[in-house]
Amino acid sequence: MLQLLYRSCGLLLLLTGPALASAINTSSGWNMPPGVTDISREIYSLHMIIFWICVAIAVVVFGVMFWSLFVYRKSKGAKPAHFHENTTVEVIWTAIPLAILVIMAIPATATLKKIYDASDAEIDILVTGYQWRWHYQYLDQDISFFSNLGTPRSQILGEEDKGDFYLLEVDNPLVLPVGKKVRFLFTSNDVIHAWWVPDLAIKKDTIPGFINESWTIINEPGTYRGQCAELCGQDHAYMPIEVRAVTEEVWLSWLDEQRETAAAEAASGEREWTLAELNERGAGVYTTYCAACHQADGSGMPPAFPALRGNPVMTSAEGRDKHINAVLFGRPGTSMPGYGTTLSVNDLAAVITYERNAWGNDTGDAVQPSEIRALLDR
Amino acid sequence: MSRDQQLQQQNVARTVRRVLLGLVLMVGFTIALVPLYDVFCEVTGLNGKTASSAQVVGGAPVDTGRRVEVQFVTRNAPGLPWRLDAMEQTVWVHPGEVALARFAFVNVGQELSSGRAVPSVSPSQGARYFRKMECFCFQEQWLEAGERSEMPLVFQIDPDLPEGVNKLTLAYTLYPQGQAIGGYHEQ
Amino acid sequence: MTSRSLPRPVVQQSASEATAGGAAAGHHAHQPRGLLRWVLTTNHKEIGTLYLLFALLMFFIGGTMALVVRAELFQPGMTFILPEFFNQMTTMHGLIMVFGAIMPAFVGLANWMVPVQIGAPDMALPRLNNFSFWLLPVSFTILLSTLFMEGGGPNFGWTFYAPLSTTYAPPSTSFFILAMHLAGISSILGAINIIATILNLRTPNMRLMDMPLFVWTWLITAFLLIAVMPVLAGVITMMLLDINFGTSFFDAAGGGDPVLFQHLFWFFGHPEVYIMILPAFGIVSAIVPTFARKRLFGYASMVYATASIAILSFVVWAHHMFTVGLPLTAQLFFMYSTMLIAVPTGVKVFNWIATLFRGSISFELPMLFSLAFIVQFTIGGLSGVMLAIAPADFQYHDTYFVVAHFHYVLVPGAVFAILAAAYYWLPKWSGVYPNVKLGLTHFWLSVIGVNLTFFPMHFSGLAGMPRRIPDYALQFADFNLLSSIGGFLFGISQLLFVAVVILCIRGKGEKAPAQAWEGAEGLEWTLPSPAPLHTFDTPPEFVPERDSPSRH
Repeated sequence: MLQLLYRSCGLLLLLTGPALASAINTSSGWNMPPGVTDISREIYSLHMIIFWICVAIAVVVFGVMFWSLFVYRKSKGAKPAHFHENTTVEVIWTAIPLAILVIMAIPATATLKKIYDASDAEIDILVTGYQWRWHYQYLDQDISFFSNLGTPRSQILGEEDKGDFYLLEVDNPLVLPVGKKVRFLFTSNDVIHAWWVPDLAIKKDTIPGFINESWTIINEPGTYRGQCAELCGQDHAYMPIEVRAVTEEVWLSWLDEQRETAAAEAASGEREWTLAELNERGAGVYTTYCAACHQADGSGMPPAFPALRGNPVMTSAEGRDKHINAVLFGRPGTSMPGYGTTLSVNDLAAVITYERNAWGNDTGDAVQPSEIRALLDR
Repeated sequence: MSRDQQLQQQNVARTVRRVLLGLVLMVGFTIALVPLYDVFCEVTGLNGKTASSAQVVGGAPVDTGRRVEVQFVTRNAPGLPWRLDAMEQTVWVHPGEVALARFAFVNVGQELSSGRAVPSVSPSQGARYFRKMECFCFQEQWLEAGERSEMPLVFQIDPDLPEGVNKLTLAYTLYPQGQAIGGYHEQ
Repeated sequence: MTSRSLPRPVVQQSASEATAGGAAAGHHAHQPRGLLRWVLTTNHKEIGTLYLLFALLMFFIGGTMALVVRAELFQPGMTFILPEFFNQMTTMHGLIMVFGAIMPAFVGLANWMVPVQIGAPDMALPRLNNFSFWLLPVSFTILLSTLFMEGGGPNFGWTFYAPLSTTYAPPSTSFFILAMHLAGISSILGAINIIATILNLRTPNMRLMDMPLFVWTWLITAFLLIAVMPVLAGVITMMLLDINFGTSFFDAAGGGDPVLFQHLFWFFGHPEVYIMILPAFGIVSAIVPTFARKRLFGYASMVYATASIAILSFVVWAHHMFTVGLPLTAQLFFMYSTMLIAVPTGVKVFNWIATLFRGSISFELPMLFSLAFIVQFTIGGLSGVMLAIAPADFQYHDTYFVVAHFHYVLVPGAVFAILAAAYYWLPKWSGVYPNVKLGLTHFWLSVIGVNLTFFPMHFSGLAGMPRRIPDYALQFADFNLLSSIGGFLFGISQLLFVAVVILCIRGKGEKAPAQAWEGAEGLEWTLPSPAPLHTFDTPPEFVPERDSPSRH
């Protein structure tokens, strides 16, 4: 009866098949994705082997069970036998599962050993979990950036149709070259997160104060998407991962591009910005980095996230230093990270200025990028 | 009350005493687990922990036939207006060799504050082979506003480091000290 | 405490019958009536009933929260509730179902059935029994009240990993810790009582290997509780200290380690999982032989398998932590030890099937629930074997595949066993058989609902859906739609069970004789139905060669 149920359930799913055709990873839509690395394929075949062994066990066990239920019905006049133990049989059905488990353990052990060998990697990337975004630092390339949810809020709230990559798209993807061994180092700024990209078969916890590592060699160019896999607070669902695997040439030119952009940013940090310029840029930075907690209208979510609208720190001249310090260095033991080392001085100056002028805070106070630069370079 | 009842009561009391004893032992075991875990981590390198106090130089000869890359990563936890930079990103050492790496601490804030660099080594199976003779991470540091301080890390990679490991990453996370945790609990 | 809680003089020898019996009767005559009678009762049957009704209430409260979760997940998008509240719902659902529904339900069954199955007049420590029950309503009132506190209730998952549950937790967390302490003390006291009862109050001639399996599984479960509840108490006390007193057990800033939390939690947590399933094994081992009209196959191996599972549960905890970055050797050790658990568990399933083989099987309500238990629990067990494979677990971990796995073990597993037990023993408790039509409808809707809810979760998990998210990518939409429909079907059909119970309480239905089920064995069936409040004041006759489940 149950099998029938499963079959009809499966049938229903097959009928809706086209809608299920997965575009987000190499999964068929209802199985583990084989992925695009040697390790991910090995894990996939391990999964399939164990799956079929389990199916076989289920067929035998349930087969005997349902056959017994059918044949030995009281309503058909079955008379009970009187046996209630048999040492031989009991030894056999202890030994057989044990043997099956050993058969499963051998390839699993081999795969696990490979996964643990991160030696001779060519590229090191430090992945840091934040509530609720990822930060990537290319340790030898001197490039680092945040990777934020790219799906607009209007799609989440249903005011607009949801895109194909709903909740699985970011503003700045992690770009990696194919065919090169990449070593990931994982840590966290606040709570435990887990960095998971199914197609790379990497899932590793990011733990504040500790580092973990993993590695990959991506075989095929493409975009591979994942999500945070460890509950990390309210926006746990909204911190996706997007890995763009490209050829080495493309990767190198991407690196150059990143460096040029960073240089241009640094240069524009030298000049004096107008209040309007700062406010305009600050509004964008605020939406990306601050609005999830402090809310678009600055009302916050007390007691976890204080209101910024009408907050004396944002509205008084005396609060200015405290305000700048909080944004640059964070607040200890809270979800407020320090952005001093992770955002550009232009973004920092802009968002602080915006917070001091938006929602009726109206201080008319402009914080210049050069001022932030001076503070950070002391 | 009959003898049997008395006997039964005594038996129940005895069982309860024994179970309570077991309970007390488990409570004690739980409390002991915390220091045991730390000892276990230091001995096995579980979770990438290194010893929390200075170790003596190991006497094993330098293995000049092998080179290990030691990479330094520094991070700031929220709440401390400091900068911490490794003055060398990576150092190549022979196992057994005593090496030095320097780190620069800068307090860019407006007042005296204290911080502590918490070390973590990856891969974790390499942690127990990372011996530190001198490290700023053994105690908290105090810096005046605007003060800059260079501090050394003197270390040695034990020649017993497993063959497969040829790169060790030492990450320091800089945490503010002297502030109660518990974010908005204090509000 | 121990001396005050000693049993009343109840085991009477003929010589002292008059005085002792008189004392007991006098005591009962002074019993208060009405509500106060239930508050002050020390009778194991009444306390058992209180536990069961409390568990049923919590099952509906926790179930309502699950339906809030399923409603939000009905379709993608932020449709119904905010993520913050969603997290509170998933957390509270887990805590309430584990500590408020399943565990109290099993304790309630133990209270009712252990004394009558071993021929004891009551539990060994009746007043302690009353106290350990009444801790629960206090505990869960506190827990539920956190939802209305500033910053909301617990929102960090039922596993409450630090630092999300310490540094970053809502202010109500200290109350959550207090509630957990009370529930933990209740469990410990209950376990002490059950151990003392089983070890000392068995009727003369009943050796340990003559006990029904339900009693055996509960004895082992009680020892597990004694062993791991102090660990839970320890870990939440450390949280409390970290939050309020500036210690850093789990905070790297002060030299602590968040991973230590997970080790401690799962050292408690994995045996806890077996605490929620071992008594279910005992129930099914009672029901299957009854309706197969054939003795349980391999009684001794069932006992040994239960004990092996309990012992193994202490050395597998880190399989919940395969992604925290354990060293390779630890990873291998926990993978192998976890796989090993499949062996004794398999033995149990095989024994049940061997009991069915060449039996004379009929399909009364308790049997239907037990058979569904065997099938569905085995599905959960097989996905458990898959999860034990560490490299594959890197893909399964923290996805809906895990959610599917443990719900298969706990809902179509443990909950079905509890329902089977209720249908099996309701005639003994109430004197009437449960309504068959309502019961059958309840059974089939539950089977359909529960599988429709949890089977698609295997697929969404494999395809990449992380757990504990209020909103998801579009290709998980169909599976979630099915799960939500199934969830509501399962949830609503449980109201039929309430109707069945109410009919039984009111005595509406076919009157049950003492031997309510034709093939049933055990001392409880020598008592009239409904069982009188005081039973076995004189120890019943027990002849191992005739009555023992292990007889030759």
